[in-house]
Amino acid sequence: MLSLTLKEAVHKLRDGSITAKDLCEKCIERLNKTQQLNAFITETVDISRDSAAETDKRRQKSKPMRWRKLEGLPIAVKDNFCTTGIRTSCATTMLQNYIPPYTATVVQRLQDEGAYLIGKTNMDEFAMGSGSVDGIHGPVRNPWKYKFTSSNTSEQTKPIEQVSMRNYHTSTDDWHIAGGSSGGSAAAVASGVCFGALGSDTGGSTRNPAAYCGVVGFKPTYGMLSRHGLVPLVNSMDVPALFSKTVDDASILFNVMAGHDVHDSTTVTDEFNHFTLPDNIDIKDLHIGIPKEYHAPGLSKDVHNAWEEAADMFEKAGAKVTQVSLPHTQYSILCYIVLNCCEVASNMARYDGIEFGHRAANEDSTEELYAATRHEGFNDVVRDRILAGNYFLLRQNYEKYFAKAMQVRRLISEDFKKVYASGVDILLTPTTLTTAPTYKWFTERDNRTSSEEQDIFTQPVNMAGVPAISVPSKLSTDGLPIGLQFIGQNFKDKELLTIAKWYEQQVQFKQLDLDYLDTVS
Amino acid sequence: MDACCSNVSLTCHHSISRSTMRPLEGKQARVPKTPIWEEVDHTRIPNVPQIDQEMINHLERVSLVEFNNQAGIERLSKAIESANKLHMVNTDGIEPMESVLEDRMLYLREDKVTDGKCKQEVLSNAVKTIEDYFVAPPGNIPLKTKERDYGSNSNGS
Repeated sequence: MLSLTLKEAVHKLRDGSITAKDLCEKCIERLNKTQQLNAFITETVDISRDSAAETDKRRQKSKPMRWRKLEGLPIAVKDNFCTTGIRTSCATTMLQNYIPPYTATVVQRLQDEGAYLIGKTNMDEFAMGSGSVDGIHGPVRNPWKYKFTSSNTSEQTKPIEQVSMRNYHTSTDDWHIAGGSSGGSAAAVASGVCFGALGSDTGGSTRNPAAYCGVVGFKPTYGMLSRHGLVPLVNSMDVPALFSKTVDDASILFNVMAGHDVHDSTTVTDEFNHFTLPDNIDIKDLHIGIPKEYHAPGLSKDVHNAWEEAADMFEKAGAKVTQVSLPHTQYSILCYIVLNCCEVASNMARYDGIEFGHRAANEDSTEELYAATRHEGFNDVVRDRILAGNYFLLRQNYEKYFAKAMQVRRLISEDFKKVYASGVDILLTPTTLTTAPTYKWFTERDNRTSSEEQDIFTQPVNMAGVPAISVPSKLSTDGLPIGLQFIGQNFKDKELLTIAKWYEQQVQFKQLDLDYLDTVS
Repeated sequence: MDACCSNVSLTCHHSISRSTMRPLEGKQARVPKTPIWEEVDHTRIPNVPQIDQEMINHLERVSLVEFNNQAGIERLSKAIESANKLHMVNTDGIEPMESVLEDRMLYLREDKVTDGKCKQEVLSNAVKTIEDYFVAPPGNIPLKTKERDYGSNSNGS
C-alpha cells in the first residue's frame, strides 16, 4: 500500500478500494519503523487518525459530501511552515516552543482539499544548510543503503535537551546524509511514510535532498506559491517546494497550492489555470539545452554519465539537443552567499525574545536580553551568516559586496533569459556533483564550505526565479540515487513538468522499497 | 563513495582548452568531457582585510550575536575571501537586481481591515506579558563591555 503513488492512493481512496483508516495506520506503522532516520521533529499521529476517520465518515454519510482532491491523504510538512496549534520549530532553540496561531497558505490549501498532516519534518536550523545535519534535533539519515536495526526501531527521539549538535549518532556505522535543508521531507517520502511532502527551496534545499533520496523535488516559479507562513530565510529567493514519488504527483500537489494569495504580495495575481499532465508526450519539437558550465570541478563520473545518457535519450527521441552557455554560472554561488547572508542578517533581526520564541533569563536591560536571547537561540551557522551579512552591509562595504552581488545576480538572470530567447525550451543539468555523501565525510567540512559545493547547480535557478525539478535518473555504481535537474522558463511550470514526466517515463526509476520493514517486529 | 574523493574548489585549475570553448560535434559532445570553469585571476581579487578588534566589536554590536571564538572570526574571513571573487566579474553599468518580479506591478489591495480580534493569539507565544502588554526590561542602556579574548591572533590572519 505504501508503494503506491500519490495519484494511485488518491484514486483508491476515492473508489473505496482502500479506506483512509487502513492507509493511515500503514503510514504510522512505517513512521514507527523508520524512527532511526530522524526525519520528523513532531509527529501528528492523533491528527492523522482523526482526519482519516473523518474521511471515512464522509463516505458513509447518506447525503454524499464533496469528495475533495486529496481526501484522506497523509502529507509531511517541513518544520518551517506554520501550522496552527502545532509546534513549528525550524530546528532551532529560538523557536523550539513556538506554537503558531495561523497556518501557512500552502498547507491550508492542501488541508482544504482533504490532505492531513502526519508530521513536521527535520531540517537544518532555519533552513541554513545543505545536509540536514545542522538542526538541534540531530541529522537526518538517508534511507538508501541504511542498515535499519530492529532493536531500537521504536526508540523515541531523545528530548531536545539531551541532543547536542553533531554528536547525535556517534556509535553506529557511517551512513549517507539525506541532503538539505529539507532532508526530513525527502527521507519521509523516500521511505514511504507519506505520499508527498512540503519543503522550501532557497538555493536548492528541496532539489538537493530529492536527488540524494531518489525522489522528485520540484521548485516552482517564484511567485506561484504563497510564502505566507513560511519562516523567511532569503525573501527574494525562498519558494515553497514539494517532494513526491512521481512528476504527476508533484503536479497534483502544485495544482492544489498554486495561485495568488492576498497574504503574500509576491504571489502573482494572474489567474492560475489548473492543469493535468498528458500521458503521451511528444518531444519532437523540443529544444534541450546542455549548459556547459554545469560540468563543474568535482562532478562525479556516475553523475556525468547519467547526464550524457539523458542527453542522448532526448536526441534519440527526436528532440534537438545542443550545448549552450550560461557564462556566469561559476560566480552564482558566490553571489548567492553574499545575498543570503545579507537577507539573513535582516530577517534574523526579528528574534529578540519579546513577542515570541526563546527568551533568555537576563533582565538587566533590553539590550542585554536581546543579546543573551540571540546568543542562546542561534547555532554557529546562523551567527556566522548574521555577522557576515552585517559585514557585507556596512556602509563602506555595501557597494563592494551587496550591490555588487545584486549586479551579478542580474547577469545570472540574463544568462537564462538569453538562452531561452535563443530558442531553448528546457535546460538539462545534474542536480548535484555526486550522490549522497557520507555523514562522516560531510561533517568534516564546515557549513559554508559544504553549501558552496552542494548548491552549485541549484542556486542559480533561485537567482532567476525560474522553475526547476530534480528527477531520479538511475542508481550509481555504488547503489545510490542520482538526480538530474530540468530548468524551465518563468511561469512555464506545466511545460517543465511535462518534459520531466517524459524523462521519468523513459528511465522507469525504481523507488526505494522498505516493505521488508513491515515483517520485522 | 565518489563524493569522498572529490575535492571541490571554487578556484578551478583546469585551464580552458580551445576545443571546449566551441560546441563539439559528434556523439555525446553536448555534455563537456572536462570542467569548463574559468581560472580565478588572483590579481583581480582584493585582499581580505584584517578583522581587527574594533571591527569585531562593531559587528557584534549591530548583530547582537557574538563571534564566540577565533574560529568564528576565521569563518568570517573565509566568507569575505569567497565574496571577493565576485570582483572577477565585470559589472560596469549593470543595474542591481533586487527582485525577480521587478517587471511586474505591485498590486494594491483595498484599504480595508480584513482581520483582527486576535489579541490572545498574538500574545500567546510571548514568555512574559502583563495586562495584554509584551514586557521588556529597561531600554537604552548600552551593552556592558565584556572582557573577551578570541585568541592571541584576533586580526583574522
